[in-house]
Amino acid sequence: MAWPLIKLLPQKTNLTFVKFARLMALISVTLVVASLIGVFKPGLNMGIDFKGGSVMEVSTAPRAVDLAKVRTTLEAQGLGDVQVQEFGSPDRALVRFQTPAGGDAGVTLTNVKNALKQSLGDPVQFINPTAVGPKVSGELFRSGIIALALAIGLMFLYIWFRFEPQFGLGAVAGLLHDLILTFGFIVLFKIEFSLNTVAALLTVIGYSMNDTVVVFDRLRENLRKYKKMPLGEVIDLSINETLSRTIITGVTAVMALAGLAVFGGEALFGFSVVMIFGIIVGTYSSIYVGAPIILLWGVKRGEDEATPIKFGAASRP
Amino acid sequence: MLTLSRWKIIVVTLAVIFGLVFTLPNLLPQRALDALPGWVPKQKLNLGLDLQGGSYLLMEVDTAALRRERLTNLVEDVRTSLRGEQIAFGELREAGGVISVRIADAAKVNDAANLLRQSVGSPLVGAVGGRDISVATRDNQRLEISFVAEAAKADAAMAVEQSIETIRRRIDSLGTKEPTITRQGTDRIVIQAAGESDPEKLKSVIGKTAKLTFQMVDEGVTPEDMAAGRIPPGSEMLPSEDGYVPAYVVRKRAVVSGDELTDSRQTFDSQSGNPVVSFNFNGQGARKFGDATARNIGKKFAIVLDGKIISAPVINGAITGGSGIITGNFTPESAAELALLLRSGALPAPLNVEEQRTVGAELGADAVKAGAISTLVAFITIVVFMLLAYGLLFGGIAVIALLINGMMIVAAMSITQATLTLPGIAGLILTLAVAVDANVLIYERMRDEARAGKSPIMAADAGFSRAMSTIIDANVTTLAAAAIMFAFGAGPVRGFAWTLSIGVFTSVFTAVLVSQLLIGWWFRAARPKKLPI
Repeated sequence: MAWPLIKLLPQKTNLTFVKFARLMALISVTLVVASLIGVFKPGLNMGIDFKGGSVMEVSTAPRAVDLAKVRTTLEAQGLGDVQVQEFGSPDRALVRFQTPAGGDAGVTLTNVKNALKQSLGDPVQFINPTAVGPKVSGELFRSGIIALALAIGLMFLYIWFRFEPQFGLGAVAGLLHDLILTFGFIVLFKIEFSLNTVAALLTVIGYSMNDTVVVFDRLRENLRKYKKMPLGEVIDLSINETLSRTIITGVTAVMALAGLAVFGGEALFGFSVVMIFGIIVGTYSSIYVGAPIILLWGVKRGEDEATPIKFGAASRP
Repeated sequence: MLTLSRWKIIVVTLAVIFGLVFTLPNLLPQRALDALPGWVPKQKLNLGLDLQGGSYLLMEVDTAALRRERLTNLVEDVRTSLRGEQIAFGELREAGGVISVRIADAAKVNDAANLLRQSVGSPLVGAVGGRDISVATRDNQRLEISFVAEAAKADAAMAVEQSIETIRRRIDSLGTKEPTITRQGTDRIVIQAAGESDPEKLKSVIGKTAKLTFQMVDEGVTPEDMAAGRIPPGSEMLPSEDGYVPAYVVRKRAVVSGDELTDSRQTFDSQSGNPVVSFNFNGQGARKFGDATARNIGKKFAIVLDGKIISAPVINGAITGGSGIITGNFTPESAAELALLLRSGALPAPLNVEEQRTVGAELGADAVKAGAISTLVAFITIVVFMLLAYGLLFGGIAVIALLINGMMIVAAMSITQATLTLPGIAGLILTLAVAVDANVLIYERMRDEARAGKSPIMAADAGFSRAMSTIIDANVTTLAAAAIMFAFGAGPVRGFAWTLSIGVFTSVFTAVLVSQLLIGWWFRAARPKKLPI
């Protein structure tokens, strides 16, 4: 049997990651600050899941949609914040509007449809009409934020119990870094912030954690194996040892998601692009955010070191 | 770890068989499936509305309206109760959710309070006195009646139960494809209609309360009184749609209500030929209606639907047969709709549409196609990559594990009838990608151990045992993220989380047990001197 056909990396790498930690930290901090500013201004492009209101496609095929007429019809309905734009082809328009205060989201949608039916005349079709009331959108937004916060908190606790507090801090710093940068990406490319985006963000959190755990696991093992080696060197060694796995898994995930981005249609494009970005950042952060923070903080390495909790079928010497 | 114990072989074989049997229904055409004997599992993947097209409606019971109505009824109940026992009273009114009444005779205050405690309100399990109202005495002669705190919740829960029943009856008589109706939280109802791309008909049938009452017109009120808003207590002014006058003043107390109807149909009036709605009362309703019509010959009564008067005919004679017709400004369609609503009963309170989502069937089919293509592309990418990275043997074993994994996910999703949504497909693809991570961890570990000078069998064994704790750590984190998504996510996100969670379990199982078994067999057969990895 032949050896593997390609080798992504030499058997043993000796890259010095820690040497560049300062520079990378600077870049990371700059990007995090830029992303945070971006989230407040210009801000997230909120989808109706979180903003409330209605969205639908109006098609008058084979005729072109009279956008001006659509707009005046909608404005006559007394709705706040009406948006009308061509969508894909001239016979299609994307229409968004808010439900007036105290109004019923479903009834408003029905009224608008009836008004458009009258003003545009036959044939007119309404594709994928969706309405979200203000109460529901508020709840969805709140639960989305709670889910993100809980995910981070839970990861922190898990790492804390499985490893040591400074590992937990490193992991959570990496997690926040990935999450904030992904938010920056969402703002920069004006990707709609919806329920699906939150799902993508949660997946990014899961992946980023997964990646960090693999590096930390090796780090902990090496800390015990090489008691005299300086911390910086142990970190470098551990990253090098897991590098091949980090890259293989990262590349596989990105390639699979790239297929989704290309063939998944517009509904999944934003979703998969966010995940691809998050996986790339997550891979970077487990090398340059998680580990250096441990370096900064230091670890107890004496005999009095806390024994990690045994878990499942794990058997270690 | 590489020992080929019997239980490992049995578990893996069973899992593979189970995966095959439950995946198969998804691959066979429907005709072949129908021809199979009954014991063969036939459950297919349950596609979400975004994949098969359909409508989703989230309705909320209007609890404020519910409370208003209960208060109005409570005032009337207090009035009837006190009158029935001949206790003189005055200043009966409602303000801020509290009803107050002044008992004229100070000696009868206690009697009145006890009477009200037993006769008004509704039974409520667990409340003090067993009813959902409390009666308090203020300034000697004043009684205050209010609902207990738990009443609102109990009312909402009951309203949701009743509404679901009513909606089901209404939709059943519509004859469209059966939607699923479920309750959500305390005061919400979710209606999912697969394949229904225009929910307007559904909404118009569900959205009407259809509360029908027969109330006597208060003919003592002159048009001048009406214009000045001088309405006697116990009466109310309601808008009219009969086309003659804009409003009538009617007695608040209903003679008979729609609850007592047994049947209702759309027919045509034998004299005018106009579309009308015919109805039948049950025994009690027929008696009440008969009595009321016998006592009020020559007077008008109003037929009130959802607070609007449909018509107000003059009673020409006692109607004792228990049936009648409702005339009004009807078209055959609107009469048929009213008949349907009356047949299926009234909603206890209005339902507001809080969320509405629709996906056309065509778009759903497109999404399925896009999802299938991208899953295939992702799968091929992973296969090629794994073969290139780990060679035909170890890469191939990872691919076999992946195939079994994919099969088991589809099987588990089919059995649990978990909804597969578009984001769920993305979850599936990501699961496949991350599933090979377990194999990667094991293989990389084997490489390390082999480099450290261990014999192939020792290296392979250490690869599995040492990678195990990392694999568990890594998967617990993914599972935690999925659990949170499931707890806090709505519809499509939940589907995604479910797919992700199933994938975590199956991928650990296949990557660890299945590849262990395959590698173990290979070792036994080939007895290699060197790890081909």
